[in-house]
Amino acid sequence: MNEFILEFKNISRYFDAVIALKGIDLQIKLGEVHCLLGDNGAGKSTLIKTLAGVHHPSEGQYLYNGKPIKLGSPKDALDLGIATVYQDLALVGLMSVTRNFFMGREITKGWGPFKYFDQVSANKIAIAGLAEMGIVVRDPEQAIETMSGGEKQCLAIARAIHFGAKVLILDEPTAALGVKQSANVLKVIAKARQRGLAIIFITHNVHHAYAVADRFTLLNRGQSLGTFSKENISKDEVLAMMAGSDELAQLESEIAQLIGTTTDTANAIGC
Amino acid sequence: MSTTNDTHIADQATTISERTREVSGIKKLLNRPDFGAMSGVALVFIFFILIAGDSGMFAADGILNWSTVTAQLGLLAIGACLLMIAGEFDLSMGSMIGFSGMVIAIPSLYWGWPVWSSILMAFSIALSIGWLIGYVVVRTGLPSFIVSLAFLFILRGLTIALSILFTNKTIVSGVDTVAENDWLAPLFGGEIAAGLFTWLASIGWIETYNDGSPLVTGIPMIIVWCLVLAGIASWVLLKTKYGNWIFASGGDCNAAKNVGVPTNKVKIALFMLTAFCATLYASCQVLEFGSAAADRGLLKEFEAIIAVVIGGTLLTGGYGSVLGALFGALIFGVVQMGIFFTNISSDWFRVFLGVMLLIAVLFNNYVRQCIARTK
Repeated sequence: MNEFILEFKNISRYFDAVIALKGIDLQIKLGEVHCLLGDNGAGKSTLIKTLAGVHHPSEGQYLYNGKPIKLGSPKDALDLGIATVYQDLALVGLMSVTRNFFMGREITKGWGPFKYFDQVSANKIAIAGLAEMGIVVRDPEQAIETMSGGEKQCLAIARAIHFGAKVLILDEPTAALGVKQSANVLKVIAKARQRGLAIIFITHNVHHAYAVADRFTLLNRGQSLGTFSKENISKDEVLAMMAGSDELAQLESEIAQLIGTTTDTANAIGC
Repeated sequence: MSTTNDTHIADQATTISERTREVSGIKKLLNRPDFGAMSGVALVFIFFILIAGDSGMFAADGILNWSTVTAQLGLLAIGACLLMIAGEFDLSMGSMIGFSGMVIAIPSLYWGWPVWSSILMAFSIALSIGWLIGYVVVRTGLPSFIVSLAFLFILRGLTIALSILFTNKTIVSGVDTVAENDWLAPLFGGEIAAGLFTWLASIGWIETYNDGSPLVTGIPMIIVWCLVLAGIASWVLLKTKYGNWIFASGGDCNAAKNVGVPTNKVKIALFMLTAFCATLYASCQVLEFGSAAADRGLLKEFEAIIAVVIGGTLLTGGYGSVLGALFGALIFGVVQMGIFFTNISSDWFRVFLGVMLLIAVLFNNYVRQCIARTK
């Protein structure tokens, strides 16, 4: 068993003339939450899509358990236990909790053409799988649309874990959620970590990131600005990295200038 | 570690069952997609029993009359229903009826083919066309409304052009004579339970002609086909993984694709099913009445869609019921035939149909909002 379950060595990805990723090094460990930070356009999406087998690296090596691999499709990634929960969650609103949980991977009973979807066991498994993640579902046959955004997010995560995910890639799971629901999702992430999964967590929210992550990797304009472990970095430093401290300072002075000019003009016209 | 974990889960599971509230039977009934159609059926029956209860509408031949019309439409509605749940339409069903009818009739009457072989050819051609429509829809991503509308015209045009080309007629008859000793034809044009009806007549339970033979000689095969197909379709939809895939394809095609549901295959298979249903309809019609015409099945695709929508299936897909579609067809059949047994002019039938459709759509819209609301 290698120290790292997934490893990027000098990975680059180009889309024609555009350099989306350049020379990225990344190490993902089981039992750790790895947080990807970066502004819009920093290359986070390309990075996770490369991890998930949607994109193929143009240069560099992708190692799984120390061995170089080539993922042909997202299905290859899934077979290796690399599961991605995208922002659309891949849930169908009008279908029941159980039917969503098993969508595309239905358990069946019976013989030959008389095989049927084993609803009773499926209900039990779905309830147990969700309970393990700390989510209580009263009626597994209720439609998904009756659940809150946080519950849906947790369901999508629990589903990925149940179907054998070892590495879980979460694309801004707390983006559209309120405080309480975000807390629930963070708890689910912590539980998944406890079970020994590797989690790659993308967020814009420093409080969410700092609460659960063990390491932080900062992306800027397609390049990695380095990986930091939690003990070596404070929340403020993470915040500064996310916002870009220089840019923040520049913004402050610009705004100050703007306010200054308005005051000057106001004085000049004698208010 | 694992045992403590398991007991923990078990504990949680018991807490859940304690927190589950028993939902009353009535509420469960109200939540069914086919509830609206069920109450519609009840209303229609009450209406006609009051207005035309003693007119013969509910005697054996009357019942056979409206149940045959129901079965014809029901057959189409079953296919249209599954396809609509998967998020697509097939407007070519009506034209397919005319087309398949001619494919059965012309070779057996003019080219000397055995009837069974022309029936089999009709089914294979129909399934191929269904496959083609489905393939075009999933490949291009165009709305199936437009693609199948194109096939509505293509098939109708082909039917007329080819029948003129081969026979110089648009109505051909006499299939019943050539089908007399065919082994496959009775499966579509025949009747079952003839013995039962003779026996019922002999003990005087059903009306007879003067010579003692029953007025109703048996149950037409189309009713049998409709019931068998409805049973299979309903079972597949509700109890198998394919049903789950159908719901998922119509509910959110992208989400379904992302978790590995073969949505393209599901949709193509269902376009083949609608073509199959239309051909089944045509086979029963041609072999029972012995004739085929190029204009058969006109507007049937819309009637099927109306029955499906009255049955509680959402036009947008992802939700619906085969039983509901059957109820929709029953409302249709009972009203269409029942109106002759009353004093109401049958001119009003279409008005009634439109109003029913409007009520059904409004009701379904309301139901959809109820599902989305937290119970």
